[in-house]
Amino acid sequence: MSAIASKGLILDEKLIFERSTAGRCGYDLPAIDVPLVEPDESLLRDEIDGFPELSEVDVVRHYTRLSTWNYGVDSGFYPLGSCTMKYNPKVNEQLARLPGFAHLHPAVPDHLSQGALQLMYDLQQSLCEISGFPALTLQPSAGAHGEFAGMLMIHAWHQAQGNKRHKVLIPDTAHGTNPATAALCGYDVVPIASDGVLSLEAVAAAMDDDVAALMVTNPNTLGLFESNIREICDLVHSRGGLVYCDGANLNALLGICRPGDLGIDVMHFNLHKTFATPHGGGGPGAGPVGVSAALEPFLPVPVIIKEGQNYRLATDRPQSIGHLRTFASQFGILVRAYAYILSMGPKGLKRATELAVLNANYIRARLEGSYHLPYKQRSLHEVIFSDAELPNDCHTLDVAKRLLDYGFHPPTIYFPLVVQGALMIEPTETESKQELDEFCDALVAIAEEAKDSPHLLHDAPVNARTRRLDETLAARKPRLRWERREA
Amino acid sequence: MDFPEELKYTEEHEWVLLEGDLVSIGISDFAQDQLGDVVFVELPEAGDRVEIGKPFGVVESVKAVSDIYAPLAGEVVEVNADLPDAPESINTSPYEDGWMIRIKPDDPAVLDGLMNAAAYQAFIEEE
Repeated sequence: MSAIASKGLILDEKLIFERSTAGRCGYDLPAIDVPLVEPDESLLRDEIDGFPELSEVDVVRHYTRLSTWNYGVDSGFYPLGSCTMKYNPKVNEQLARLPGFAHLHPAVPDHLSQGALQLMYDLQQSLCEISGFPALTLQPSAGAHGEFAGMLMIHAWHQAQGNKRHKVLIPDTAHGTNPATAALCGYDVVPIASDGVLSLEAVAAAMDDDVAALMVTNPNTLGLFESNIREICDLVHSRGGLVYCDGANLNALLGICRPGDLGIDVMHFNLHKTFATPHGGGGPGAGPVGVSAALEPFLPVPVIIKEGQNYRLATDRPQSIGHLRTFASQFGILVRAYAYILSMGPKGLKRATELAVLNANYIRARLEGSYHLPYKQRSLHEVIFSDAELPNDCHTLDVAKRLLDYGFHPPTIYFPLVVQGALMIEPTETESKQELDEFCDALVAIAEEAKDSPHLLHDAPVNARTRRLDETLAARKPRLRWERREA
Repeated sequence: MDFPEELKYTEEHEWVLLEGDLVSIGISDFAQDQLGDVVFVELPEAGDRVEIGKPFGVVESVKAVSDIYAPLAGEVVEVNADLPDAPESINTSPYEDGWMIRIKPDDPAVLDGLMNAAAYQAFIEEE
């Protein structure tokens, strides 16, 4: 049982429309001291039925109560595999709030925003050094946006060579966004089966002169390092293709191995995973993309350039794939990531990776006796179990719901798809041994309950604010807007 | 689990039924059981072409999203229009109400290469 589990003061809350009281008002304007004007009829909005009328304290309490339903990495362990939900140090927030960064208007000309441009340039150089790529763009606003940018550059490179290639190879252990990106960019997706780790033979069998690129995730979604990656890159290159690496799992490699050195041509970073910027609803993401020298001319504009001691945003790049967004980047996120890199230093980043891998392997060792481990190869920063050996019709979803009763956020479930009934756990370096032990104790206890009292799993959660929701009904007959309940 | 004798089955867990010169396609009882509650179905339109081994539709369950592969090439002549509003038919009646498309196959002889009920049952036991 988690030390923080509590059934105490769980505040319930209605929708704000249902909190309304006719005539109540949250503001008090001074008496009008200018001539009254009746606006034109056409400018008036039709009355909104039931528009909520509340006082200031009503509104504050409404949203504050709702906020207590939220669960984040500041509330507790957040073991979502594939998501790298590491703690976001508060010093990064403080630095991002410095007025010079926080109040900088994105349209300020280059000569008046040298500090911000220097920060971006230095972050860019740091990420290049960490990843082994000679050039990089900070523009993309998320991982999938980075993938999109990367695939557009691959497409532009082929076009510049006069190549017309239609296929992208994607192993079954790549991230789910990879095929979506390739398809969005107009490519035919060719899946490749792997046995945990992608083999040279499997790529060779699928590789031909119509393949534009191979998209891999390394380490892959099974948490396994693609140990044949160098030979695979050589093979793809020898047939005129490029290799895209999804860098979402970079937290397993920092300071240990540089994807650019392995022969990879393009890789996106997830600053909101690996570099401790807020993740999910906590803030916008950032998905910088590193590229090989051959792809550098195709980087999106603007590109940050250092000339002497000065920095500027260059847009005069004839081969560029163009703008990916308004302005240059998700700047506030870049400040946080840069602060993280500087505060950790090279040794600290490497140590964090080592601890992330150690933590995942500790969980693996503690749970191996209680849950089925479908892939026995040495895993890195995350570990995947399955429900294959659970008795009494207990499944992954039941385990996840029962974890709520023990006061833990469940891990990622039913992903990756290559593992049936997957439970995918990524602790990151954030968690202490004590926290990991409490989590593993809970999962071991749940595996025992599955044998002796399976109803505890089937009925779970019993301690949560709501019992188990009918996901099937919600998906089949969704109610997507609020309607007033008849009195 | 039920595997009607009159159907042929694929390794991707589709069933096919030859009726005159048309072929009906759906997913097997085993497939629906593995998927769990189906919540969404995306099908092609009448007049579309389907190609052997290429996805022609998508089934989404509470657990996963899966492509449905065409066991043979041809032109779609009819689509189960009730299915998008009642995807649960795939769970409750995979071989009847849960049928997906009817196609006019380019080469009906391709059917001979598919598994019969006994072979399919052996196949899924192995899986």
